[in-house]
Amino acid sequence: MLEVKGIENGIVIDHIQAGKGLKVFNRLFSATDNSVVLLMNVTSKQLGRKDIIKIENTFDVNMDILGIIDPNITVNIIKDNKLVEKLKAEIPKSLKGGLQCQNPRCITHTDDYAEPEFKLISANGKLEYECSYCEEITVYKL
Amino acid sequence: MRHLIEPEDLTIDEINRLVEVGLDMYSNPKVYNKICDGKILASLFFEPSTRTKFSFDSAMMRLGGNVIGFADASTSSTSKGESLADTIKVMGAYADIIVMRHPKEGAPKLASQYSRLPIINGGDGGHQHPTQTLTDLITIKRFKQTVNGHNVAFCGDLKYGRTVHSLIRTLARFGNTKFILISPDELKLPSALKRQLTSQYGVELVEVTSMEDVIDDIDILYMTRIQKERFFNEEDYLKLKNSYKLTREKLKNAKPDMIVMHPLPRVNEIGYDVDDDKRAVYFEQAEMGVYVRMALISMMLEVGPYARS
Repeated sequence: MLEVKGIENGIVIDHIQAGKGLKVFNRLFSATDNSVVLLMNVTSKQLGRKDIIKIENTFDVNMDILGIIDPNITVNIIKDNKLVEKLKAEIPKSLKGGLQCQNPRCITHTDDYAEPEFKLISANGKLEYECSYCEEITVYKL
Repeated sequence: MRHLIEPEDLTIDEINRLVEVGLDMYSNPKVYNKICDGKILASLFFEPSTRTKFSFDSAMMRLGGNVIGFADASTSSTSKGESLADTIKVMGAYADIIVMRHPKEGAPKLASQYSRLPIINGGDGGHQHPTQTLTDLITIKRFKQTVNGHNVAFCGDLKYGRTVHSLIRTLARFGNTKFILISPDELKLPSALKRQLTSQYGVELVEVTSMEDVIDDIDILYMTRIQKERFFNEEDYLKLKNSYKLTREKLKNAKPDMIVMHPLPRVNEIGYDVDDDKRAVYFEQAEMGVYVRMALISMMLEVGPYARS
């Protein structure tokens, strides 16, 4: 079995649905200079298979983005080899940034002052977010 | 300070009062012709408009105020790349109130976040057009005496037609419980709006594709133009542009006291032979827009009938 060392300082993003690890990495950490380990298709009692991401010397993570990608994700914050905090992602009721409004006529596409903001309308199988500027519904598939 | 970005920014009581004040301004214009003396309206039209721009200009002038602004973004610093927020901040020193039209949906809301003056949304893309809704309501009140209790049908572009979206939501807030929607399949009312109307207001929506099937049952027929500027390709527009045309012949089957409304401009969806029919009120509708906008300016500047005692 593949083994990866624990990290001294940083975060472990765990319980990512198998196959979505790369998506999490691309959305949140593709520009990082810190060491990153992406484990895919790891055996999991709870999920069968899961992905895990470990990042050294990073402690901030956008829980809203994790929540829309997979609300089952957990985040362990490690300091000096100790687990100091465990966070659970959840589907965000509101979002600032993170999504692009799907309405091409929306002001958020052309004006830097207008950061896209959304309100959750429905979470039945797909996430429906209403843009606070143009009120168009943007759908994010879970 | 308050803004008018969408009709929901006004309560039903406030809308009723605006309509009443507007009707009084229509009947007794001289009473109000100095109440905005010394006030300036900044009229910022980033997209072309005839009725909305000039009716606001006319409204401010009839109240004794002055107007500055532009009718085309190419004549403003926007053409040099100035952001909307900067334009709005600068206008704060030049005027007392702003009316703006913008092709981007949500632009007036963004402007309101950076403005120290009241902002009135004069239309943002296919999104909201609250003062057209006020214009429609004052017209309904003038010709049908009440806003409630009529069988209202909307015909034409119900997908992109912002006037329809704003009016139908507001009529639902007033307690109207049934609407007839006449449109081709491609231009039906957006499903999110339909869902809101049925779940939030318990409204019944009857969707048909033929005007002839329902015309004898209508009290208020609200016609709309198929808007070329809302289409991304010419082919789709050409396919749909002639979907509906109201003619004198079709009006023969309509109720004698039905009214025909249209936010204008029209292209060919209402034949010119309909203009002389007493049921055609769309030019009076455009006229009433001036008076309800006079009432709105008074309200937002807290002058005349809205002055704080």
